[in-house]
Amino acid sequence: MDIKVRLFATLREGRSKELMLQLEETPSVEKVLTELEIDERDVAILLINGRDGAIDQILTEGDVVSLFPPVGGG
Amino acid sequence: MFGYQGNILRINLSTGKVGVEKLDEKLAKDYVGGRGLATKIFADEVDALVDALSPANKLIMATGPLSGTPTPTGGRYMVVTKSPLTDTIASSNSGGYWGAELKFAGYDMIIVEGKANKPVYIQIEDDNVEIKDAAHLWGKLVSETTDILEKDAPEKARILTIGPAGEKLSRIAAIMNDRFRAAGRSGVGAVMGSKNLKAIVVRGTKKVPIADPEKLKEVVKDCTKKIRENGVTGEGLPTYGTAVLVNIINENGVFPTNNFQLSQFAEADAISGETLAEKYLTKKDPCYRCPIGCGRYCKTDKVEGGGPEYETIWAFGGDCGVSDMPAVIEANFWCNEYGLDTISTGTTIAAAMELRQRGFIKDHEMDGLSLEFGDAEAVVGWTKKMGMREGLGDKMADGSYRLAESHGIPELSMSVKKQEMPAYDPRGIQGQGLSYATSNRGGCHVRGYLISPEILGLPEKLDRFTLKGKPEWTKIFQDLTAFIDSTGLCLFTSFAMGAEDYGNMVQAATGMEWSAEEVLKAGDRIWNIEKLFNLASGVGPDQDTLPPRLLKEPIGEGPSVGEVTRLDGMLDDYYSLRGWDENGIPTQAKKDELGIE
Ligand code: SF4
Repeated sequence: MDIKVRLFATLREGRSKELMLQLEETPSVEKVLTELEIDERDVAILLINGRDGAIDQILTEGDVVSLFPPVGGG
Repeated sequence: MFGYQGNILRINLSTGKVGVEKLDEKLAKDYVGGRGLATKIFADEVDALVDALSPANKLIMATGPLSGTPTPTGGRYMVVTKSPLTDTIASSNSGGYWGAELKFAGYDMIIVEGKANKPVYIQIEDDNVEIKDAAHLWGKLVSETTDILEKDAPEKARILTIGPAGEKLSRIAAIMNDRFRAAGRSGVGAVMGSKNLKAIVVRGTKKVPIADPEKLKEVVKDCTKKIRENGVTGEGLPTYGTAVLVNIINENGVFPTNNFQLSQFAEADAISGETLAEKYLTKKDPCYRCPIGCGRYCKTDKVEGGGPEYETIWAFGGDCGVSDMPAVIEANFWCNEYGLDTISTGTTIAAAMELRQRGFIKDHEMDGLSLEFGDAEAVVGWTKKMGMREGLGDKMADGSYRLAESHGIPELSMSVKKQEMPAYDPRGIQGQGLSYATSNRGGCHVRGYLISPEILGLPEKLDRFTLKGKPEWTKIFQDLTAFIDSTGLCLFTSFAMGAEDYGNMVQAATGMEWSAEEVLKAGDRIWNIEKLFNLASGVGPDQDTLPPRLLKEPIGEGPSVGEVTRLDGMLDDYYSLRGWDENGIPTQAKKDELGIE
């Protein structure tokens, strides 16, 4: 199935901003991180379709996963 | 006294009298310094019903017990006065170096009273204080004023000034210091202008006495370590500045677009912190003793200078539908030069764009500019017109509320208590909605930054759509922030530090006892005296609300679709937690508990 992944801030380094991943049936977010060689500890904010997601959440066709390192401001 | 210089400099511009008074130690313990102490002194001395732009209003620049000490980010000061924008208490914070320098000159705060009969500036060199003629500075931009004063001033002096917007009494005018740092909000620059006061030059050579230098060293080491090891203060802010928020807030579908008509901006990445860092950032520009260094310095083909911050990028960018980063940087540049608050300036242009879209602003008012959402030239052009009060820019220079009200439709101003809200749509962030509605200085994100737990997950992640626990979180954030703003430190340290850390630092510097519990109680006390001032000034609980759009019109698209701010579900609980009655008025029991009148 096709999953869109959007990366931000330092997670873009050495990777692209946005990519499509083709994954086998019922992949979890963890699988996405493995594919992209991203350490779970580097992800501070994880959104699935703009809502808070969890690392073991199972993705469905067309989901958009957004990953951020620790960032803040104001 | 330790931590404090123990001196208040009082300058009356009507009489030319300059005097130094001793700081009351008991007041310092109860109200800390900066925002708290200045508000207490201000509220005791000034009638809350004073016209903010009259000589009877006073203007205080206050440092805290940690300003000018070796603590991380101890360079800040607070401007306290009555706001000509909101009629509430104004307390606008600024960084840079000026605040620390004032402390080195031997003063905890300056109280400016009255009005000079012609433009003047104040020059402070330790004990030497002079009121000088400013005829040659009046009408000059912030950079021009700073250039001239730097030539005449004592070596290494720091300069605080207003620009033309403050002189022209724009109700959204800022006070600028160190060229690019702004006490931006609530129109404090207009109060300075109303006193015919153009600038304050300060040079100091005194040390700040520390109660327990060894202990302070230890605490500073510990807190600096926390700041460096924290992902936000150690890496996110240093690398990208505050602008890194553009993409996060937009991905959550709470990035107000086109004057809050939309909540997601399709072109956000073009104005993101990542883009800023990649294409326009030339260097970092940190404040005094800051290990975080979020300050940016950017350059385009046309301009270069400090900023822009996240809020600024949003106000001229998404809120005006503009994705042209050089235009955003240029609008920010002109705000710094004219001395305008970037949030209120950008959002007033956004409100004007919606007024135009709905046919309220007519062709003959356009002055050769457009007011179309998305027009990059328009945001630069209208900023300049607001800075000079030209054409329609004259009306716009008093903020979006007065502009929209003049067309009979004040609800198009996205403001609380007449001050424009910043860059987070509270319909998809419930606690932030409560924080906006109850902020003592109107629409503002730095009176209780609920974005931290609701979006960023700091110190823990809360569900942004639920109401549960939000009144409690709002109160704690408001109280802790009131304390931090009173110490002289930057609020951004709170991503890495807690109440106990701040208490430890103030205790080591002053020798006064400060437990975490006392820290929050002092914050509560400060919050309550601000509230009481606002009530006396006629800003009542009916204004603890949000624009109807945010309460009634659900977000139409994106991840926060269908949401409105459910303020009714939080406000009563919040009042009761505060020890206020059901109308939001502090009870006698609460006042007794805090020892206030
Ligand atoms: S974190 Fe940013 S605003 Fe705060 S003191 Fe440091 S550079 Fe200044």
